[in-house]
Amino acid sequence: MSPSRIAFAAALLVPALALADTVTVVTSFPKELTAAYKKAYEAKHPGDKLEILNKNTAAGIAYVREQPAGSRPEVFWASAPDAFEVLASAKLLQKVDGGNPAIPDKVGSYPINDPDGLYKGQALAGYGIMWNTRYMAANKLPLPKEWADLAKPVYFSHVAISSPSRSGTTHLTVETILQGEGWMNGWAQLLAISGNSAAITERSFGVPDGVSNGQFGVGLVIDFFGLAAKNSGMPVDFVYPSVTAIVPANIALVAGAKSPDGGKRFIQFALSEEGQLLLLQKEISRLPVMPTIYGKAPAGYPNPFSGSIQAKVNFDSDLSESRYYVVVSLFDQMVTFRHKELAQATNAIWDAEKRLGGKASPQLEEARKLVFTPVVDDRQIADKALLALFKADKKDETASRQKAKVEEEWAAKAKANYARAVELANSAK
Amino acid sequence: MTRVTPGIVVIALAIAAFLLAFLVVPVVTVVYTAFSNAEGGFTLAHLRAFAEISLMRESFANSLYVAAMTVLFASLLAVPLAYLTVRFRFRGAVVIHTLGVLPLIMPAFVGAAAMQLLFGRSGSLNLILNDAFGFTVPLMEGLNGVIFVETLHYFPFVLLNLAASLANIDTSMEEAGQNLGSSGVRLFRKIVFPLALPGYIAGASLVFIKVFDDLGTPLVLNVTNMLAPQAYLRVTSIGLEDPIGYVICVILVLFSIAAMGGSWWFVQRRDFAIQTRGGVSAPRRRLTPWQAVLAYGWISAVMLLVLSPHLGILLLSLSKVWSFTVFPEQFTLAHFATVFEDSTRMIWNTFLYCGLAALLDVVLGTAIAYLVLRTQLPGRQLLDHMVTVALAMPGLVLGIGYLRTFRGVDLPLIGPLTASWLIFVLAYAVRRLPFALRSCMAALSQVHVSLEEAAENLGASRWHTVMRVVVPLMMGGILAGFVTSFVTAAGEISETILLTSRESLAPMSYGIYLYMQSIAGRGPGAALGVIAVVLIGLGTWFSHRIVASRSPHDVPGEKT
Repeated sequence: MSPSRIAFAAALLVPALALADTVTVVTSFPKELTAAYKKAYEAKHPGDKLEILNKNTAAGIAYVREQPAGSRPEVFWASAPDAFEVLASAKLLQKVDGGNPAIPDKVGSYPINDPDGLYKGQALAGYGIMWNTRYMAANKLPLPKEWADLAKPVYFSHVAISSPSRSGTTHLTVETILQGEGWMNGWAQLLAISGNSAAITERSFGVPDGVSNGQFGVGLVIDFFGLAAKNSGMPVDFVYPSVTAIVPANIALVAGAKSPDGGKRFIQFALSEEGQLLLLQKEISRLPVMPTIYGKAPAGYPNPFSGSIQAKVNFDSDLSESRYYVVVSLFDQMVTFRHKELAQATNAIWDAEKRLGGKASPQLEEARKLVFTPVVDDRQIADKALLALFKADKKDETASRQKAKVEEEWAAKAKANYARAVELANSAK
Repeated sequence: MTRVTPGIVVIALAIAAFLLAFLVVPVVTVVYTAFSNAEGGFTLAHLRAFAEISLMRESFANSLYVAAMTVLFASLLAVPLAYLTVRFRFRGAVVIHTLGVLPLIMPAFVGAAAMQLLFGRSGSLNLILNDAFGFTVPLMEGLNGVIFVETLHYFPFVLLNLAASLANIDTSMEEAGQNLGSSGVRLFRKIVFPLALPGYIAGASLVFIKVFDDLGTPLVLNVTNMLAPQAYLRVTSIGLEDPIGYVICVILVLFSIAAMGGSWWFVQRRDFAIQTRGGVSAPRRRLTPWQAVLAYGWISAVMLLVLSPHLGILLLSLSKVWSFTVFPEQFTLAHFATVFEDSTRMIWNTFLYCGLAALLDVVLGTAIAYLVLRTQLPGRQLLDHMVTVALAMPGLVLGIGYLRTFRGVDLPLIGPLTASWLIFVLAYAVRRLPFALRSCMAALSQVHVSLEEAAENLGASRWHTVMRVVVPLMMGGILAGFVTSFVTAAGEISETILLTSRESLAPMSYGIYLYMQSIAGRGPGAALGVIAVVLIGLGTWFSHRIVASRSPHDVPGEKT
């Protein structure tokens, strides 16, 4: 080959290489969804390659944070708005202009897009209750309508929930209940539901999966898990309780990404009519942010713009963000890591209630109080020092020691409370 | 033995450098991070912090408990089986040998998912029990589940080692015992078992290490209060800066080394030598009818248990809806179609990584075997010892060590090392090197040195002799080493979860894990699992054939 020919061949190759962007997307969404978007996007932009990094939300944040600028992934795509707040406050997001004018500014009173323009709503999500119809029939369980139903004795050992430290969507569910019912009441409900749970699953997928295959009867899930399973023929059903919030699942461009242009192209695609339509596929079953898409949805598809979902809670994402680390750690110390003891205590209380047959008992009352009261009360959670401690830099050794000490106190207190409650409930007269 | 030439020294140094970079340095980095403060000075603060967290103490206790219980149950399954095969004449022996291999070809975490559907809360077994008797067994709840799954997966280690050990016992010992009036359980306890102890200890310590370090099984079963999952959770959600994760790693390494070293010491300490050996193989007794009923009953029960994950995963991969029923009600091939449409890349990645890693292993293994057995290079044993250390290295620890050590290393053409395909090849190769090295050593020690001398007398250079005479004669062992490395790497999950930075880089084992984490995805995950099991099964069968075809009398070199 002569030198000129090589130069010619190289000249042909170079533009092809320059156009071929790899767009890396960090997401917590399941494979069905990412696979559909990858296929559609690559068909539309044959020059680009879409690369999916499936991580749960917390691990995704840690991953973006640890990459040096210039080799970060392009797009962050997840359900939890707090995650985007965390990334935004770490200056890891970059503003994207444009978008789809057919997407409204608000759903209910909740803004769909970030007011600063750092992230955009790509789909809507509500939280609800999913159950296995066969399991419910076999165990003769009533069908639940509200979160409070799941706190009833009849559901003992039939429920499943994930942990907010491992699943961004579970954190939203927990925060929605806390905001909707108030801190003390919300925890009382959460603790009773967790006490009724057969398992605290490691990822949010564990709940719908376990309900689908009948390991669990009822689960607390984000809507598309329930709807997708139902639409794929599983014997399950899903309901939105009245204490739910409709919150956008967001998409954002990461600052310091390798190819920001490719990232923008994908975000544009995800927000376009084409991208929104993909959400209606039956194994995805998510709620689009573009109202006109619902016209093409099958009958009975829930529509948050038409009022077919009663969302009583106006989700306050600033409040949620401000206490994120405390809520997450508190849940782990009281529930995730102490689940066995919590379940025993809950069981003892239900037994005592049944035995006493509605008779008032100071011991039982005391036991209930010990188990269904959070170890951090509504006054303490407003304490700025506590919130600051949990947000401190991990390299700050005194702060992390202090934090570990506080967590240890919570754990010890919860454990002691549960043990005492078992004694009280068993001796209740 | 040949003299040491500069070429030999260069090769030895290159191998040492490789082991240093990809085994020693990452592990030392992990240990260093666990014991250093922000300024780089020595501190015990992290260790103290670890000890102060009650969750960590509990995880530590749970990991020990699970590992110990698994050893116990694995022994209960394996000891009777091993005794049966070696001491009695009956047709079940083939079955038992199959039993020894079947569980190992299915990665434990894949089996875990299937076993949930069979033995879980609403699994087939409990549905039947509940219907018939109104109660259920919590086989898969919490730590029980981990113990159950790991027992079924790892008991072959005890079985295979113990059977080999039993076969080597001189029966005159037993006869002497019988002559002195001992029989039955007493004979077994006093004579047979103590003589077979080295094999048992070797198998049991291996089970202990494997279970103590396992990450995939607890994660699939949603058990997080154990050490390996805690290290993984902390490093992925808090970040690589979290020192507690490293303290856990140090504990994992210490226990692995202690268990291996302990078993080695135990075997060395006592004299297990048996005077006569070889021709006197134990005469196998016939089973009395009652014994036969017991033996076949036991074998069938174990066989059924051992096959259940395989059956479960196959059913799952073919089922459309399997929910709250004993068996799936509708069947489909769609999951296999999904896998072939979406995930051929993962299958290809597995072949690429494991193939390259196995290739690297046999090249290194052959070179080290040659250096150790055929040269007088000072310090050559050190290479062998370094490789043996890799056997005790948990995948999780090596993965974290790689991420930490090679963070920011950018290679030309490949890009960042920790986000490239190369990191899988290196991690897989380093952890499987001990297996490949054993195979190569065994093969080389069966090649008579006179053949090489003859070649050199005829004027062949050292390099020429190695390539034309030694390597061809070792080929059986090299192939067996290659296949062993390949199949063990294909089912590996601990380091794979940590090192997978992008889906396009993921091998099959990660794909199975990922699919198992999505709503409608258990089916495709199981389909991918079936493909992996078939692949690993074929590989294992193939390597057995290679080893079997090299019977002692046609060892080259002894014929001439």
